[in-house]
Amino acid sequence: MDIIKRIFNYSKRHRGKALFAIFCLILNIGINLTTPRISKIIVDDVIKGGMRDLLLPLLLILFAAGLVKSIIIYLRGLYFEKFSQDTLYELRNDMYSHLQGLPYSYYDKNRVGELMSRMTGDLEGIRNFLAIGISTLLENGIYLIGTTATLLILNFKLGIATMAVTPFIAYLAYRFNKVVRPIFTDIREQHAVLNTAAQENITGVRVVKAFAREEYEIEKFERENYKNKQKNIVASRAWAKYFPLMDFLSSICLVVVIWYGGSLVARGQATVGDIVAFNAYLWMLIMPMRLLGWMINLTAQATTSGQRVFEVLDTGSSIKEKDNPYIPDQYRGEVVFSHVNFSYRKQAVLKDIDFVAPAGSTIAIMGETGSGKTSLINLIGRFYDTCSGQVMVDGINVRNWSLRDLRSQIGIIMQETFLFSDTIEGNIQFGNPDASKEEIIRAAQIADAHDFIMEMPQGYDTIIGERGMGLSGGQKQRIAIARAIVKNPKILIMDDCTSAVDMETEYEIQKALKTVMDNRTTFIIAHRVSSVKNADTILFLEEGRIVERGDHDSLMAQRGRYYEMVRQQYKDLDSPEFKGQVI
Amino acid sequence: MLRQRAIDDEKLEQPFNMDQFRRLLAYLKPYKKSVIITVLLMFIAAFAGLSGPKLLQVAIDDYMEAGHLVALAIIGILYLVLNLINLLCTRYRVYTMSLVGQKVLYKIRQDMFDHIQKLSFNYYDSRPAGKILVRIINDVNSLGDLLTNGIINVLTDVATLIFVVFFMFSLDVKLALIVMTTMPLMAIVVLGLKNVMRRRWQKVRVKSSSMNAYLHETLAGMKVTQAYTREPETGEIYQELSGEIRSTWLDAVKMNILMGPSIEIIAAIASFLVYFFGIDIVGDVGVLVAFGAYIWRFWQPLSNLANFYNSVLTAMASTERIFELLDTPADIFDHTDAKELPQIQGEVVFENLSFYYEPEKPVLKDINIRVAPGETIALVGPTGAGKSTIVNLISRFYEPVEGRILVDGHDINTVTMDSLRKQMGVMMQDSFIFSGTIMDNIRYGRLNATDEEVMEAARIVHADGFIREMEKGYYTEVNERGSRLSQGQRQLISFARTLLADPRILILDEATSSIDTKTEILVQKGLEQLLKGRTSFVIAHRLSTIRNASRIMVIDDGRIIESGSHDELLELKGAYYKLYRAQYQFLQAV
Repeated sequence: MDIIKRIFNYSKRHRGKALFAIFCLILNIGINLTTPRISKIIVDDVIKGGMRDLLLPLLLILFAAGLVKSIIIYLRGLYFEKFSQDTLYELRNDMYSHLQGLPYSYYDKNRVGELMSRMTGDLEGIRNFLAIGISTLLENGIYLIGTTATLLILNFKLGIATMAVTPFIAYLAYRFNKVVRPIFTDIREQHAVLNTAAQENITGVRVVKAFAREEYEIEKFERENYKNKQKNIVASRAWAKYFPLMDFLSSICLVVVIWYGGSLVARGQATVGDIVAFNAYLWMLIMPMRLLGWMINLTAQATTSGQRVFEVLDTGSSIKEKDNPYIPDQYRGEVVFSHVNFSYRKQAVLKDIDFVAPAGSTIAIMGETGSGKTSLINLIGRFYDTCSGQVMVDGINVRNWSLRDLRSQIGIIMQETFLFSDTIEGNIQFGNPDASKEEIIRAAQIADAHDFIMEMPQGYDTIIGERGMGLSGGQKQRIAIARAIVKNPKILIMDDCTSAVDMETEYEIQKALKTVMDNRTTFIIAHRVSSVKNADTILFLEEGRIVERGDHDSLMAQRGRYYEMVRQQYKDLDSPEFKGQVI
Repeated sequence: MLRQRAIDDEKLEQPFNMDQFRRLLAYLKPYKKSVIITVLLMFIAAFAGLSGPKLLQVAIDDYMEAGHLVALAIIGILYLVLNLINLLCTRYRVYTMSLVGQKVLYKIRQDMFDHIQKLSFNYYDSRPAGKILVRIINDVNSLGDLLTNGIINVLTDVATLIFVVFFMFSLDVKLALIVMTTMPLMAIVVLGLKNVMRRRWQKVRVKSSSMNAYLHETLAGMKVTQAYTREPETGEIYQELSGEIRSTWLDAVKMNILMGPSIEIIAAIASFLVYFFGIDIVGDVGVLVAFGAYIWRFWQPLSNLANFYNSVLTAMASTERIFELLDTPADIFDHTDAKELPQIQGEVVFENLSFYYEPEKPVLKDINIRVAPGETIALVGPTGAGKSTIVNLISRFYEPVEGRILVDGHDINTVTMDSLRKQMGVMMQDSFIFSGTIMDNIRYGRLNATDEEVMEAARIVHADGFIREMEKGYYTEVNERGSRLSQGQRQLISFARTLLADPRILILDEATSSIDTKTEILVQKGLEQLLKGRTSFVIAHRLSTIRNASRIMVIDDGRIIESGSHDELLELKGAYYKLYRAQYQFLQAV
């Protein structure tokens, strides 16, 4: 109930529209409840009573009522829709801008599909409730009370008799809803399973074919496909069981009106007009009963949906700007880590990280998968917050910086390349909206991407799909590099960003990057010794700790882990031709 | 500035195509009897359902005031019986048709899935996985309602219209004719509104699909957006899209809302006519009441018919995509007289092999190789030189344009693909991991392998260690694409999978991706084990693999330009020497 209240609270600003719609709704019901009585007068007084001159005025009243009703129905529907769309529009935008403010840790935890379903399916659940649910609930509630009262006033005995069956209809509707809900959940789940089965088969087609497992895959899919069929059949069986029965019970109401009503007419305890009016009222009585289950369901759905939507909106961002954030006049690019500890999901990831990266220097970070390299560089742009210790950029703790200013000075090339469905030019320009065409081309040249881009049918205007469909891993990485270069940041961070390009290309890229690395502080995460050899400082991480530091020569002299790794990587080159030249 | 791109360019509607519709109906053929019975039953049900007002009329006019309680009881019972018939017919219909509909959907879906298993990589190369998936799942679903209810509903609705007219005329011909004058008006309004509605809702669908695409993409790329502080711009685009949804929605829903009032007005006119003229013409209360009821029963089937038309148009788009997929010919298939390939030793011969997609751009030119059983061939050369094409031809993932490939003397075109591929192991750059346990993933190599055999395979390729370190060991669930595993770990699992299959010929596209040194050592050791005693083709990047190969072939521009052992090729001081030298310099120079 709290959730429903909160949904209402959210729509407060558009309450005027809702109230107007409700006003129309009540008017509409009022007309509906009156017109059968006019029909009764026509039957009893005009036809049976012979007061013919009343006919035309009465018919005109009926016609006018119909006309007014039409307008009211239209306004009612329109304003409920406007009310719900306005509320939804705000809710949707609020959710989106809230999501934009949530930190990396949130996106680590929540899958995109899950967030999508909250922003589409759950919002739809709320929309249904606002646009249809409220009006149906009110309408049927009022009808139920209004019709019951009218029928009892019109003819008490007949009223009681007619209504005798209706609770059973309500019960059936309620039962149906209860029975069918788990079935629908079941169907949805099975549908997801089926979806996954097909998807894995398609994305894994190379493995399937390589192992000649087509038959096995067909059997696997057939099993899920069959289950999907069966579950759908179960649902329609429930439908077949309840709905025709409800129709049948409704028809009993009419039988009561005909037979019992008829006997009352015969005894003079009712008029034919009563019968006509009852006939007209019947649907207003039966409808609310039939819709009972549906309305319960709609409300329940809105509650669950609301819960999931508000869960997103209530997630506070752990990374907040100070009230008066630091906005510098000039950026230098110096980065200092001072006794930084960082834990993630209760696991210590970085321990006592302490180093100084002077402006313009190059820092290489090495270490095994999971040793904390990516976490370390993510602290610089304050994508996560430290647990203790300080990360300082240009001598100011990143917590005191304006986030936007801080990040505008950092260019990150991430390990996992993400490109948008846009032209190549648009993707590179994402790094700097003000970049000119020349700057974009220059950046692409540095990233060794210009040539392959020019080979594409539409060059820089080629649209690349979601996640850069149609490009090889190496090509995607090179576009991502160009995107970072065009930003022209003071601090450049490269997180293993040339893993998918071959050695020769990597060599080209690095040669070119050298020219742009001047006056920038550069962080390089890499596994190949060749990529890190020329760094001013190499930090060797192991289980979150810096275990070795220094430049290439001093680390080689230490004969520690770095030395071992270099030997391991270079042993292949240990051919008689070049012996002794290496290292 | 990030622009918004329409990702979904699938057509939402197609003009009605009789051939395809007929083809779709053909799926109903096995259930012809059920369908015909259902249609007949629905005629009966429609008649029974519509008899209510008529009976009410008889009751009011003939028996009520006369006090014929027996007659009233009979009418009541008759009405109940008719409704019981209605109930049974409807129940039968809902059940039968959903059964038929679901069976048809099942069949179409299975046909599609079976068919795509036959398609070669050419098909998969040319379109993203998502588009294929949408056809199998969503497009088939969208036919569901049409097949389950749509077709039967149309027939029922037509029957209802006919019966309504029939009952009206049976009540009073003159009055029926007067009322009929408003019916064309109703038909025009309903059909006209539906048409506008359809177009406007289509616009809503287009808008919301592009909003969802944008949403999906920006959520997936949120880290990038934040890193580049582009939140304000993306937020603005989203808000714009969101606003468009609101306005197109309101435009469309207005038409829906208009439907009720329009019918209300026409019904009011009709009622007015019924009472105004009816009193003079018939004067019986019951007839007037019954007419009033029938007027209301006229528009629902009309509206349904319009809906049906709309859903047929939508379904035609899906139908077209479904049949397009089913009609895609499998370009690589077993020849009719294909034999089983017997147990092989692993000799591979390429004879005058050429391959191209377009004749002007040859990919491979006149390749001749003979590889003895047990040899390891390293293929080196620049990206795009044709290395991958060579290895893909061996497993017949593609077919050569000219020349042939012999395995142990059998032309691979003359043997069944199943028997060929079962004796080959192919490992791609990106090791695909299925969702399931690690155990299941390795067992994919040989489905009847015992747990012990699986673990043994993992041990041999040095994958055992890290697997046992995971929380549930071999029974750890890994998700799709193996996102919980590092690249190197995925590779090790894929080694174990291949080892379990125990192929005679091994094809390996070595990943260029850098793996951390510890895993790299394991991968190399695993690889050594895997290569032992098998004929193998390796697209090699690791120098160790290249140097240990029995033969190195340098491919450039679709030709083998050098071939020989590491030492021989260095001696030659040709392309290989240059390549090697360059890599070496690169390691030195940077």
